[in-house]
Amino acid sequence: MSSIPSTVTIRPGGTPVDQEVHMTSFTDVHHEAERELPDLPHDPVMEALDLNVFYGDFHAVHDVNLSFGRNEITALIGPSGCGKSTVLRCLNRMNDLVPGARVEGEVTYHGQNIYAKGVDPIAVRTHIGMLFQKPNPFPKSIYDNIAYGPRVTGMKVENMDDLVEQALRGAALWDEVKDKLKQSAYGLSGGQQQRLCIARTIATQPDVILMDEPCSALDPIATARVEDLMLKLREDYTIIVVTHNMQQAARVSDRTAFFTARPDETTGNRTGLLVEYNLTSKIFSNPADKRTEDYISGRFG
Amino acid sequence: MTNVAATAARETVVLSTGRSRDRNLKSMAFLLALWFSLFFGVMVLLVLIVSTVIDGAPRFDGELLTKYSSTLRPEQTGYRAGILGSVWVMVTTAALAVPLGIAAALYLEEFANPKRWYNQIIEVNLQNLAAVPSIVYGLLAVAAVTAAGITERGLVISGAVALALLILPVIIITTREAVRAVPREIRDGSLALGATVWQTTWRQTLPSAIPGIATGTILGLSRAIGEAAPLLMIGTATAIRFDPNGLMSQFTALPLQIYSETSQSREELRVAASAASIVLLVMILALNALAIFIRNKFHRTW
Amino acid sequence: MSSTTTPAGPSDRTGLQATPVNLRGRSRPGEQVIRIVLLLAALLSVATTIGIVLALLRPALDFFGDVPISEFLGTTRWAPQEAAYGIWPLVSATFLITFIALLLAVPVGLGAAAYLAEYASPKTRRRLKPVLELLAGVPSVVYGFFALTFVTPTLLQKILHIDVGFTSALAAGLVLGVMIIPTIASLSEDAMTAVPLALRQGSLAMGANRMQTTLRVVFPAALSGIAAAIVLGLSRAVGETMIVTLAAGSRPNLSGDPREGMEAMTAFIAITAGGESPVGSTSYNTLFAVGLMLFVITLLINIVSIALVRRFRQVY
Repeated sequence: MSSIPSTVTIRPGGTPVDQEVHMTSFTDVHHEAERELPDLPHDPVMEALDLNVFYGDFHAVHDVNLSFGRNEITALIGPSGCGKSTVLRCLNRMNDLVPGARVEGEVTYHGQNIYAKGVDPIAVRTHIGMLFQKPNPFPKSIYDNIAYGPRVTGMKVENMDDLVEQALRGAALWDEVKDKLKQSAYGLSGGQQQRLCIARTIATQPDVILMDEPCSALDPIATARVEDLMLKLREDYTIIVVTHNMQQAARVSDRTAFFTARPDETTGNRTGLLVEYNLTSKIFSNPADKRTEDYISGRFG
Repeated sequence: MTNVAATAARETVVLSTGRSRDRNLKSMAFLLALWFSLFFGVMVLLVLIVSTVIDGAPRFDGELLTKYSSTLRPEQTGYRAGILGSVWVMVTTAALAVPLGIAAALYLEEFANPKRWYNQIIEVNLQNLAAVPSIVYGLLAVAAVTAAGITERGLVISGAVALALLILPVIIITTREAVRAVPREIRDGSLALGATVWQTTWRQTLPSAIPGIATGTILGLSRAIGEAAPLLMIGTATAIRFDPNGLMSQFTALPLQIYSETSQSREELRVAASAASIVLLVMILALNALAIFIRNKFHRTW
Repeated sequence: MSSTTTPAGPSDRTGLQATPVNLRGRSRPGEQVIRIVLLLAALLSVATTIGIVLALLRPALDFFGDVPISEFLGTTRWAPQEAAYGIWPLVSATFLITFIALLLAVPVGLGAAAYLAEYASPKTRRRLKPVLELLAGVPSVVYGFFALTFVTPTLLQKILHIDVGFTSALAAGLVLGVMIIPTIASLSEDAMTAVPLALRQGSLAMGANRMQTTLRVVFPAALSGIAAAIVLGLSRAVGETMIVTLAAGSRPNLSGDPREGMEAMTAFIAITAGGESPVGSTSYNTLFAVGLMLFVITLLINIVSIALVRRFRQVY
């Protein structure tokens, strides 16, 4: 497939300029660590099985079937209104908070359906963390931001200082803030705030991290740093990221799911459905569905 | 053609001199009328304050604040009972109304599903209650304390109940606005970490909303401190000669004392009432200034 | 190995798959209790309304057991100590005083609002609006006092040479009007500011000047908000007690002459409650009958006002 001629400069955080990688087509992308992956994850941490989302009577998302592999990064891409954020929020039951929201089907986490009766959504969220589009640190100190999750969920912590440091190191933020832990989080730049949010999320020791367009409010340099961080986090966590930036999906993700929106027959509102799900390399080089190809080549969306 | 040219020339001249269309006589008169309307209120306020100060000047002495009311020796009548009584009632009112108001507002904003029918009834109720005359709240308080078994008239607790009911809708409404101003993202961030709705409310939403809540509460209290009608209803006495000493003690309030001494014919009582009015106005002004100070100092832009 | 402080990464917890992850979580009775407590607080508002109705209704019904409604609503003499219970002198006094108040407050309030919304710079508006609000902060006792000590003797008698009595509906109405100016001005100003700029610009672009734009475009567009403001002011005026008690007096008077004193509904309630009627007697119950009438009247006015506000908020 012909590619859009685009020169994207990736600058891994902190490395000198002469190590820039120029990308002229999606097929030329190579990750920091090239990985050989099976077509479908054989050991999925989470799965969505026949997932349908309703808001009242409105059928917002149709028949999603996905499996998310351990220690992989899965990207959800698609035009606006296609339900990718909705699906993401279903994965940690944050969608429960929308009045009138209802889910049919299953979402399993380590084999257990998180929508089963008797499952506590709060417990789900301690295992599955979430990062938001606009960095949303609390109006507290950096230290208290990170300690918040463990404190409110009653985690038994021997040494909170250590936990905070580990979390900040995990988010590649420790060196920048170690001398100002007691200062307000609002004194940090946008990119730093988002990394703070990452540190805050991993402080509760989840094994899955959901990211809802985590870089869309950041400048390109901060974006690159967060993307590098994602690749580093992949060693310890499973990451599912919604992005409207196709290049980002191509850069960091192992697998990609493409959603699209189509008008609902009765109401005319846009409803979302999953079109294609495969290894990223295959989606971008040889998509099976024409809609996928149209989106990727920029013909719509 | 020359006519058109002449007209155009005239019109052009008019246009180039700016807003002459706004400067015709009718417009100027209109603007003057509007200006006068705006400053009418200010003028009345000034006249009120000046005339009250002038009337009350002879009694701007310490005795006004330290002595009790006296009809036998009107030149020595003091408002100590009224001032202390107002303070007692205000503190009790705040203790009743603030927690209840905040609790109700938190429920409506954070826990309630706005589409459920019972929540909509509560909403409509609040709007109606905010406009009920204060004297009706006095009647309600009479019924409430009688039902609670209190038969003695004019107790601090009864007055506090009346005023608390009066300002409860105001506190609820301003608390709701303050809570609403806290951005969704903060709540989402907290919930996504595994906090419950209450934990989120208590640790994130409420602390951030405190300046707004404080402002609204103080403004509500500044309104209550000047209310006499509900206190009349619960049978508050107007000539008390002792300090209140508990929730079940009798009392009088500053506006009530002013009311009673205003209607008297002795001139000295009128003078004292003027002076006491100034004291009341100063108290209200101080509360308003405090509210504005809090709002300006702690206002957070998200 | 698993010290809980090292986020060694859950994938290091090799035992994870063997032991099922506990998603049951804690049952949280505390959360439920708190929710119920908050709900009760919110229900208090409903309880208040019901309480008002009940508190008024029972003694009022007792009253109507002794005094037939036909006499209450049908006769025109109000003298409870002589067992005459026609309500109209009180109602007419209330409405005459309110009418005078609105005569003053509506033009002045709307004028102030128009100035703030259409002519004042944002800085001016920010400075002057709080000053206007101060008018609303003055306690009604002080206003009543002001009516007695300044408005009646100095303004009306000396300056305007109007032959008013010691108490008069005119004095009460004027002072009451001043008190509700901020109510009308504030809500009208909100309504006028909410009119989209595009409408004003369209009018100005056609060559109209600001006066014409304000009168012919902004006022009509903001009409439901202005109506809501007036109705709210009306409601405040009807319910106000201290001003009418002090300035309009305690003698029921059906004459309709504003220079005379006349007892309004709220004044009657205030004065009678200050007296020593034994609980349960007919004279005690008249308090509640009049109170009920007052509540019903203000309720109707408020319903209209809220409906108007809702319409005005929806338009834009």
